[in-house]
Amino acid sequence: MINSSDSVTSGPETAAACAAAPPARATRDAFGETLQQLGSEHPQIVVLDADLSESTRSAMFAAAFPERFFQLGIQEANMLGTAAGLAATGKRVFCCSFSCFVTGRFDQIKVSVAYNDVPVTIVGTHSGCAVGPDGYTQMALEDIALLRTLPNMLVLQPADDLETVQMVEHLVTRHSGPAFLRLTRQKVPRLHDQRYRFVPGAVDRLRVGRELAICATGACVAGALEAAVRLEREGCSATVLNVPTLAPLDGASLAAALEGCDRVLSVEDHSVIGGLGSAICEALAERRPTHVRRVGLREFGESGATEALFSKHHLDGPGIYAEAKALLATRAG
Amino acid sequence: MELEELVRTLEAKAPRYRVDIVEMIAAAGSGHPGGSLSLIDLISTLYHHALRQRPDEPLWLDRDRLVLSKGHGVPAQYAVMADLGYFPREMLWTLRQLGSPLQGHPCRTWLPGIEASTGSLGQGLSVAQGIALAGKLDKSAWRVYCVMGDGETQEGQVWEAALSAAKFKLDNLTVILDFNKLQIDGFTRDVMNLEPLADKWRAFGWHVITIDGHNYRQIIAALDQARQVQGRPTYIIAHTIKGKGVSFMEERASWHGVAPTRDEADRAIGELRARAGLPLTEAVR
Repeated sequence: MINSSDSVTSGPETAAACAAAPPARATRDAFGETLQQLGSEHPQIVVLDADLSESTRSAMFAAAFPERFFQLGIQEANMLGTAAGLAATGKRVFCCSFSCFVTGRFDQIKVSVAYNDVPVTIVGTHSGCAVGPDGYTQMALEDIALLRTLPNMLVLQPADDLETVQMVEHLVTRHSGPAFLRLTRQKVPRLHDQRYRFVPGAVDRLRVGRELAICATGACVAGALEAAVRLEREGCSATVLNVPTLAPLDGASLAAALEGCDRVLSVEDHSVIGGLGSAICEALAERRPTHVRRVGLREFGESGATEALFSKHHLDGPGIYAEAKALLATRAG
Repeated sequence: MELEELVRTLEAKAPRYRVDIVEMIAAAGSGHPGGSLSLIDLISTLYHHALRQRPDEPLWLDRDRLVLSKGHGVPAQYAVMADLGYFPREMLWTLRQLGSPLQGHPCRTWLPGIEASTGSLGQGLSVAQGIALAGKLDKSAWRVYCVMGDGETQEGQVWEAALSAAKFKLDNLTVILDFNKLQIDGFTRDVMNLEPLADKWRAFGWHVITIDGHNYRQIIAALDQARQVQGRPTYIIAHTIKGKGVSFMEERASWHGVAPTRDEADRAIGELRARAGLPLTEAVR
């Protein structure tokens, strides 16, 4: 299923559209706002946090609906089990913390949340190396890899605020099982217009090209578009896919969205082991020969400014452009 | 039910449940007889006295909930559930077999009537807390019971939940500790000492009751008392004997997770039947 954005054929216009677009926002802000807005209409929403409610933005819900917000303190394991119990009674539970801390309690996610098959959404904010100066212990670089091993876990990562809003609406109104929503601390530009519709499992094709496909997720999608524009100027057209649903990854729609591109660059603010790049390799290798180059972290994280880390690991526009050139060169040689 | 009649019923059912436990674990060829036999009197009293339930309507909204945190003791729960009609008794002999709803550790999605999938130790109390919080939120009258093992109390998450359930004033939540004092590697006091256990839970803000976990009158009284406590959860320390009822299994860590052979099962069943005055040859299958 290809959920082509209306911007598919408007590659060059994307930059122009961005000029008129709303200012960049962190997906955690869109999450907090949406959850609060949905709160009145959906009394089954219950929110838990582990001493980070200001940072995760769950505090917005807490302020509006204090009786449906539970502060668990610094107890992520207990929070996950409590979430599972609440959800077992029919509540739609959002369980919030920094992604590294909440997904670090994998056994609780596996047994209490996933195996019970209950509607708990694990909300992991401050994902990836983008959390920056705090260094590796606060970075979730393994969360996608961990969570996508669970057969019933819906793993979502929005590329902008608008997609975040639609994901939260989907999780509240239509999804009845466990889910992981991976959010960012840093601001990301708006990439979609109001006509965009997030469809779980669908691949979001932002540009169509011939020479290669850049598949990115979350905060890396903007850089992928930037790289594609630069490649276009050199006469090299690139498909750009935003992959908002990391699990289950629909291999058939992914393959369809690539439309003959047998060179694929994956880009993610996550370890190259087990994340988007791995998922793409698994899906495509079962279907056809494809040359995949994975961009992501290959080492422990370290302290640094977000921009500096993105630059170091080739997660920004120039870095993705360089990786794309390298992929094209490898094939040519 | 009158107290005396209830006690007589529990006394009559106990040996049959114990026979079923031994028989189903023997048939499965694997399982945990020691901890199942130690907690059967607690589970039996819960089902026959405390839990408001409808076996023919296991998802009845207003039911009381039981979370078996020590999931490896689930043969005890299966034995009582089968007796009450949650599922056909013949299903007991499919324990741990491919496709059976009677999974080796309880699973909510496999068997209606199981409230939580457990088996990774130390997680059940958190789940029970979530259910209790939902009860408070909806102003429902249901109560939540969590049966725990002493070994799993060594998990840090248990103490997280001990803190939080007191914070949330969950007087609709009762923990029953199957305090049999043995875990796989030996005595809990040697592996990782829990004492002074009652003082610890009291210090965390819980109402604590200590009983003999094989004495029905004491179990009934504790459960009744827990219902009266307001503003805090109740922790019932039930002293039990691992492998209770089978002489060669009692207080032996080696019977934690080992199935009896056919001969051992027959000896155990013979003992249980003889003690209960049951016919020795009655077919159980």
